[in-house]
Amino acid sequence: MPTLRPTSAPELLAAVKEALADATPIEILGQGTKHDLGRPFQASRRIELTGLSGISLYEPGELVMGAGAGTMLSDIEETLRKNRQELAFEPPDLGPLLGSAAGAQTIGGVIAGNLAGPRRIKAGAARDHFLGFHAVSGRGEEFKSGGRVMKNVTGYDLSKLMAGSWGTLAVLSDVTVKVLPAAEKTRTVLVTGLDAARAVAAMAAAMQGPCDVSGAAHLPQSLAMASGVSYVSGAGKPVTALRVEGTPISVAYRCAELTKEMAGFGPVEELHSMNSARLWRELRDAQFLVEPRDRPVWRISVAPQSGAGVIQAIARALEARWFMDWAGGLVWLSLPPGTPDAGAAMVRAAVGEQGHATLYRAPADLRASVPVFHPQPPALAALTQRVKLSFDPQGILNPGRMYAGV
Amino acid sequence: MPPLMPAPDRSVLDRRDQIAAALRTVVPGEGVITDEDERRAYESDGLAAYRQMPMLVVLPSAVEQVSRILRYCHDNNIKVVPRGGGTSLSGGSLPLEDGIVLAMGKFNRVLEIDFDNRCVVVQPGVTNLGISDAVQHAGFYYAPDPSSQIACSIGGNVAENAGGVHCLKYGLTANNLLGLEMVLMTGEVIRLGGRHLDSDGYDLMGVMTGSEGLLGVITEVTVRILRKPATARALLLGFPSNESAGDCVGAVIADGIIPGGMEMMDKPAIHAVEDFVHAGYPLDVESLLIVELDGPAEEVDELIRRVEAIARRCGATYLRISNTEAERLTFWAGRKAAFPAVGRITPDYLCMDGTIPRARLPEVLTRMAALGRKYELRIANVFHAGDGNLHPLILFDANAGELERAEKLGADILRLCVEVGGVLTGEHGVGVEKRDLMGTMFNEIDLAQQQRVKCAFDPNMLLNPGKVFPTLHRCAELGRLHVSGGRLPFPDIPRF
Ligand SMILES: Cc1cc2nc3c(=O)[nH]c(=O)nc-3n(C[C@H](O)[C@H](O)[C@H](O)COP(=O)(O)OP(=O)(O)OC[C@H]3O[C@@H](n4cnc5c(N)ncnc54)[C@H](O)[C@@H]3O)c2cc1C
Repeated sequence: MPTLRPTSAPELLAAVKEALADATPIEILGQGTKHDLGRPFQASRRIELTGLSGISLYEPGELVMGAGAGTMLSDIEETLRKNRQELAFEPPDLGPLLGSAAGAQTIGGVIAGNLAGPRRIKAGAARDHFLGFHAVSGRGEEFKSGGRVMKNVTGYDLSKLMAGSWGTLAVLSDVTVKVLPAAEKTRTVLVTGLDAARAVAAMAAAMQGPCDVSGAAHLPQSLAMASGVSYVSGAGKPVTALRVEGTPISVAYRCAELTKEMAGFGPVEELHSMNSARLWRELRDAQFLVEPRDRPVWRISVAPQSGAGVIQAIARALEARWFMDWAGGLVWLSLPPGTPDAGAAMVRAAVGEQGHATLYRAPADLRASVPVFHPQPPALAALTQRVKLSFDPQGILNPGRMYAGV
Repeated sequence: MPPLMPAPDRSVLDRRDQIAAALRTVVPGEGVITDEDERRAYESDGLAAYRQMPMLVVLPSAVEQVSRILRYCHDNNIKVVPRGGGTSLSGGSLPLEDGIVLAMGKFNRVLEIDFDNRCVVVQPGVTNLGISDAVQHAGFYYAPDPSSQIACSIGGNVAENAGGVHCLKYGLTANNLLGLEMVLMTGEVIRLGGRHLDSDGYDLMGVMTGSEGLLGVITEVTVRILRKPATARALLLGFPSNESAGDCVGAVIADGIIPGGMEMMDKPAIHAVEDFVHAGYPLDVESLLIVELDGPAEEVDELIRRVEAIARRCGATYLRISNTEAERLTFWAGRKAAFPAVGRITPDYLCMDGTIPRARLPEVLTRMAALGRKYELRIANVFHAGDGNLHPLILFDANAGELERAEKLGADILRLCVEVGGVLTGEHGVGVEKRDLMGTMFNEIDLAQQQRVKCAFDPNMLLNPGKVFPTLHRCAELGRLHVSGGRLPFPDIPRF
């Protein structure tokens, strides 16, 4: 398949126009780390955005950064680290989960997938930090939206539409994001021995308390054993993890409070900075489900209180490996290879109207036959289709990646 | 002068009685207002300079009614202007001569409080403060806090993506919203989000937020609620120049501190406020900063010390730290009363709402003062300093024929904001007020793409037309695609 690698916005525009002129669908890629996420679709050429790279704007005092969509996330994070700043939404690196390299993704891909890590519960997702962009629509037109300032309601917030559209509406050429100071200190309070339902209750109590928890996750014993953090792997029990970040004085105080509060749930242990960082990276990147590679993986977003129930409903019928993040609101779950329809009917019945389940990893034939993204009611599906057409009337940009005909 | 609105449709105006009768079959009795005196209550919103009597006002109380009203208006080509609390400062809910105002005030119930999932489900007519009031007994609150919070509705907040003094740390409406129910112009009811986080389809809730009533009518809202911080303390800082105050804001952020609130006032604003509320503000400073830190007491005390040191380094000539809750509230009392305080010293004022890259503040204030001299009008500035959102208040007297001059000054100020890398509006919306300035930020293609999104929601352009977009193109025209074909325009794009 011919691959075009534009090195400037005009070249990108030309590349899309070319595809439009001969009505050929394009696959849009950064580094391709998430190439196997979504429905397989036919494309007769590729546009690879790695040539649109480099940080064009960084003003730490204004909390803003602008970069080419193909800029490596690792470069962005490195630059931010030097100024003790970060992307607060904690973008996960799903490369290994999806069968590609670690540390290879681009900022454009992070935004197109609206990714977010454990800090989602406090700081929001990519969408909440995405201030503005330039892009080329499927109409072969270069357009922009948003800006470089944090507060902006001038016109529709098309950034929100771009985030999570998986390249089906427009090709981002450059993006502007909000950046925030990184916490000076991080600690984690671990509670051991809770079952899923108790863990959800403990996490809810922590979230409702005054300790400003920035991560709340739960690992059943079988997954905890695989952690690289010895306190977690050696617990011999399920582990519930609560993260506290901030200034050293504040973190010490809040950890002490949280420890008191959690004592009623089970034995409590504390992780310091290095171990905390390691554990939350494992959770962020769903490392616990990377192996075995032939198991389909679901990412399920529900109300926090529903997390445990959804898991129970699925695990009653199928052998599920799972863990919870977002205080129970995010369930990562893998099922045995060869499970008919990758367990879609069962998983989606368990989720019901309470959220959505996305088939993040599965062989191509399954992703072709099972809806990868949560099926939508008719009126919403029709609106989704109209929105797609308003950007990409010929259906040339990643057509069918999210839904048939979108 | 209000900008030109879409020409009224005679055939609709002629059918007014018939339309009222038809709508009464949906919303019986007093839910359809035809009486002129009663309609007058709806003729303008927070932008009182512009007025227009609506053809009819309809007050539905159930989503089925909203759906049937919109379907009827869709089928009969009748324009609809949704309205919440009517506090818009950009004329977002300004009526149309041939349109109905769909007033959502009867949707005023808190439907469910879900502490375990930390969210609340409300009808759109509930006031912003009403949400915090409903959960405060348990130590929770709803974070976005526009100064209009006792009067504005949560539906209007979503439509405008309202912010408040605490949004630097806690986000705008968009960042605190979990779910919406809305009705399209065709009457279709759509549910977006819920109690979970993020959409796995397009983030239509995100684009609804800040869409100024042009895409759909919001009939239910789910927001997340937060635990109230254990303590909050504030510093009141005076500076000899706007530069040094601006430097202090930058230095606080550079030190890794994101305060709960960080507000600035210039000298005219300080004086207007002090005369009005006697908050004890210093009158011999050029610029006043309120910095609020919130969280556990240990953390707040530490951060107060750090901000104090920074302020001194930046040349603060006045420094007070709140030691009691009453004192903290006094610091805020002045800022919160800034608009009414200015209202007292002038017959009329216009509140502008540009955002700028914060580092450009001194330059913008200097040039703004020059513009004020040029138009011979006074300006007082209040500023959400942390995020660069500037509210210049232009003082004028409409009876002395100064409105037009004030509007021109306002437009020049907003152009200045855009010129330095900022935007026309940070939180009040485009509405009718800034509609004709959209071209300073966006080109034809940008605007056409936004309008195509509008077409996906409302192809006949019946929902709140005349707002946001300077020129109304028909959807069919916008949909046309010109494919320039054939040869490779850039034969040397790297290919592999
Ligand atoms: C004194 C004062 C102080 C203010 N301070 C702030 C501030 O600090 N921050 C801030 O952001 N704003 C502020 N505002 C502006 C205003 O209060 C906000 O824009 C608010 O969100 C408007 O809400 P409302 O319910 O009054 O909406 P309205 O004025 O009734 O309507 C605003 C827009 O929303 C649409 N709309 C309303 N309800 C619905 C619905 N249910 N479905 C679809 N569309 C709907 C309308 O069509 C209109 O376009 C202030 C206003 C005043 C008068």
